[in-house]
Formats: sequence, structure tokens, C-alpha cells
Amino acid sequence: MSDPVTFVAKWLEAYLSGLGLASGWIAVIMAALGVIALGSAVLLLDILLVWVERKVVARFQDRLGPNRLGPFGLFQPIADVLKLLLKEDIIPQGADKFVYNLAPILALATVIMLWAVIPISATVAGSEINVGALYIVAVGALGTLSIIMAGWASNNKYALLGAFRMVAQMISYEVPMVIAILIPVILAKSMALTDIVESQTVWYIVLAPIAAIVFLIGAQAELGRAPFDLSEAESEIVAGYHIEYSGMKFGLFYAGELLHALTFGGLFATFFLGGWRGWGAETYPILGIGYFLIKSMFMYWVIMWIKYSFPRVRIDQMLNFCWKFLTPLILTVLSITAILDKLMSGLPYWAYVLGMLLSNLVILYFVYQAVGRYARRERQRVADPEKFRVNFPVKSTASPSHLP
Amino acid sequence: MSEYLPLVVLFILSTLVAAIAVALGHLFGPRRPTERKLQPYESGMTPFGPGTRRMPVRFYLVAVLFILFDIEVVFFIPWAVVYRKLGLFGFVEMLLFAGILEIAFVYAWKKGALEWE
Repeated sequence: MSDPVTFVAKWLEAYLSGLGLASGWIAVIMAALGVIALGSAVLLLDILLVWVERKVVARFQDRLGPNRLGPFGLFQPIADVLKLLLKEDIIPQGADKFVYNLAPILALATVIMLWAVIPISATVAGSEINVGALYIVAVGALGTLSIIMAGWASNNKYALLGAFRMVAQMISYEVPMVIAILIPVILAKSMALTDIVESQTVWYIVLAPIAAIVFLIGAQAELGRAPFDLSEAESEIVAGYHIEYSGMKFGLFYAGELLHALTFGGLFATFFLGGWRGWGAETYPILGIGYFLIKSMFMYWVIMWIKYSFPRVRIDQMLNFCWKFLTPLILTVLSITAILDKLMSGLPYWAYVLGMLLSNLVILYFVYQAVGRYARRERQRVADPEKFRVNFPVKSTASPSHLP
Repeated sequence: MSEYLPLVVLFILSTLVAAIAVALGHLFGPRRPTERKLQPYESGMTPFGPGTRRMPVRFYLVAVLFILFDIEVVFFIPWAVVYRKLGLFGFVEMLLFAGILEIAFVYAWKKGALEWE
């Protein structure tokens, strides 16, 4: 009896059939119970994340962070939730009430939905559907909908501008991110996330480092975190799409955002870091949960690290970077990966891994050269603007010759 | 289809949890609306004009580009799973499909659809 999860599930199933229920109902009840356990675990983790985020931000900014309530300030998130519950719930004038109230619900619900297909250990996964990667893409796009709903229904210019920026950014970066997901799908030859994890005897970050980097950048943009936090640029549009939200509705946006970051950490771990795989995780699946959480928490920390280290980019830079750099790059990597996979299918696995890694490193070298050349040209342009000046037919304003 | 059952249950559950949280906020929060408080927030200034207004067409251009690429990706995903079984034909076919879309991409680039002014 190496796995308590299977043991509990077996016992429950036997107990329910002992009660004389039909097998269809047992399936429904089992699904409901499993999903309730998963959802509660995810929500509990979400509450903990408030503490993690605040503590880590504080450390990055050379502060202490919450340290009054409980040991290490661990009870701070509970106080936060209570405070949010007791805040006044303001619906601004002219807001579309139904859409306005629906947006935060959707924002949190879609993020929780993503967890349904992530395999947490060898035996724990909400659902082993065979189109897992497609499901991630589809449900992830629903999150975009909640943002445009919030921005449009708030009847506020800042909210609308923030929502438009955020949506432009999210749908732009979704393209390279989804193609980056395709590369593990090609390598594993399956869309099911459980299969992708099981086929990673060598972590896919070794086979496809470029896809991993692009996925991380895409995740950062999808989350609207710095350097891509134009949607809530404090100095320009105050708070972006959730500016008019107060109390628990704001709390739901906040919780959704934090959980979304952890979800992307988990997805990165699933696609590129071998998910629950680790020493002894196959014989003792309960260890897999630990490995998975460690990997996703590490990636969550990396996302935070990037967030608190980089300044914000401009919207034209942000979109240029996506459409003119990331998308062509990842399309090239995708076709090269597909061709190499085809050519090297007869080779032993170590040669296959080596070939993939070398091809990625060669591409990275050329990309590095190209980016370096671009940066040199930009520096020259900034240093010597006269040489690169574009002459617009501008009317001269400097000669007040008609004046006395 | 039984593997889709947990998804439905999770959807209902997560929506319910979020809706209950919103309802609790309604229940416990005070409600003392004043005219000033309900006005849209514009950094303390008196708001002018409608809140939902026309937006630069650039945003819609990005959305159209996204549709172009999203359809490409949606066709790529099933191909990526089975392309080894499809053999050379499926491979060349997909490269052709991608090539046509790349031409569209280059056209959009040259037309200046990717410039943000």
C-alpha cells in the first residue's frame, strides 16, 4: 500500500457501492469529492500565496513584510480576507451591474478550472482528458474575457484603457506561448498532460530550452506582471481594469492573479520540469505531490523575481517584442524541432536528446548575435540622433519673421 | 466521456465558491452610497464624458492578427500529436499551410500593421 490516495479512493468506492448506489452515481459522487478536495487544496494554497507574495516582495525591496500576526506573520492573509469582507461594496454609477459582478467570479473560476488537468502526482489528477494542452489554451483564454468584462462594465476610462491594453497584451503573447506548448506536445506525441509528464525521462527544459524561455516570457505577459504590467501602470492609469472594484470583488481579482501565477509555475513544471517526476515518485506517488509543489513554487518565485527586477516597457516595445521577435523565433524553433524529430526518430534516446539540445543552443547563439546587433544599432541611434533622423515635412515654428 | 465529468463539477464548484465570496462581501460590507462616491474614479477630478468610449483602432488590429495566428495554432495542435503517423505527406502539407500563413504575416508586417504609433 504505497499510495494513500488510491487507498482512500478505493475504500470510498467500495463504501458507496456497499450502500447500493448505481455505478453511474458512484462516478458522479467520486468526481465531485475528488474535485472538491482538489478545489479546496487550491484555494487554501491561494490564501497562503498572499503571505508568500507579500513576504517575498518585502525581501526584494529590503523590508520585512508582514510579521505581526502569528509566527512569521502567517495569519496575515486571514486578516486580509476578513478586512476585504467587511469593506464597502461599491458599484459605480452607470456600471453594467450583471457583467460587473460576473467578471471577478469568472476571473477566479477560470484559474481554478486550469488545475483540473494538471497532474499533481502519478495518481492524482483532476481529469486525464486527452486534449489537456488544448483545454489549457481554451480555459486560459476565458481569463481574457473576465478582464474585458471588468473594464467595459466599470464605466471608467482608466479601467477601459487598462482592459484594452491587457487584452492586446494577453492575446499577443498567447500566440508564442501556445506554440511553445506545442513543442513538448511534439516531443511527447500526446496532448494529455499526464502523458507529457510520463514521457519526460529527461526534462524537456533540456530538449527545448528556447521553448521554455518563451513560455516563461509568455506567462509573465499573460499574468500582466512587470515588465509587462502596462494594464496596471500606477503612474498612468492608477490600477487598470479593476480600478472600480472594492471589497471582496477586488479580493477575487487579486486571488485570481496570485493563483494564476502559481498555475503558470505549475504548467511550466508540468511541461518542462518533469511535473511530479523525481526520485522515488513512481513507487511512492505521495512524494510526487511534494516534488510538483516544490517545482511550481520555484517557478512562481522565478516569476516574482522577474517581476520585481525589471522596469515596465512601453506598449509599442511590448507588442514589437512579441510580434517581431518571439513569434518568428518560436515558429522557427517549432519547424526545426519537427524536422529534427522526424530525422532523429531512429537514433538512441541519448543522441536524440543531444541533437535537440545542440540545435537549440545553435539557434540561441544566432538569436543572441542578432539581438546584440540590434542593441548596438539602437545605442548608436540614441547617442547620435542626427545621423538617423527622419526628416518629416514639419512646418518651422522657430522663425518668428512675421513678427515685428 | 466520463473523464469530462470532473471538469463540469469543478466549473460549477469554482463558480459557486467565487459567487459565495461576492455574496458574503455584499452581506457583511456596509452600504452608504453618496453621489460623489458612486462617480467613476478619475484621480479625484470630476469625471467628464462617458466612461465607455471609442478606443484607438490599433487594439482591434492586434485582435485581428491574433485571430490569424490563433487559427494557425489551433490547426497545429492536433497535427503536432499525430504528425509522425502522417508521414512525409502530412509534414509537407503542414509546412505549406504554415508557409501561406507566414506570407500573410510578412504582408502584415510590411504593411505596417505591427507598428504602434
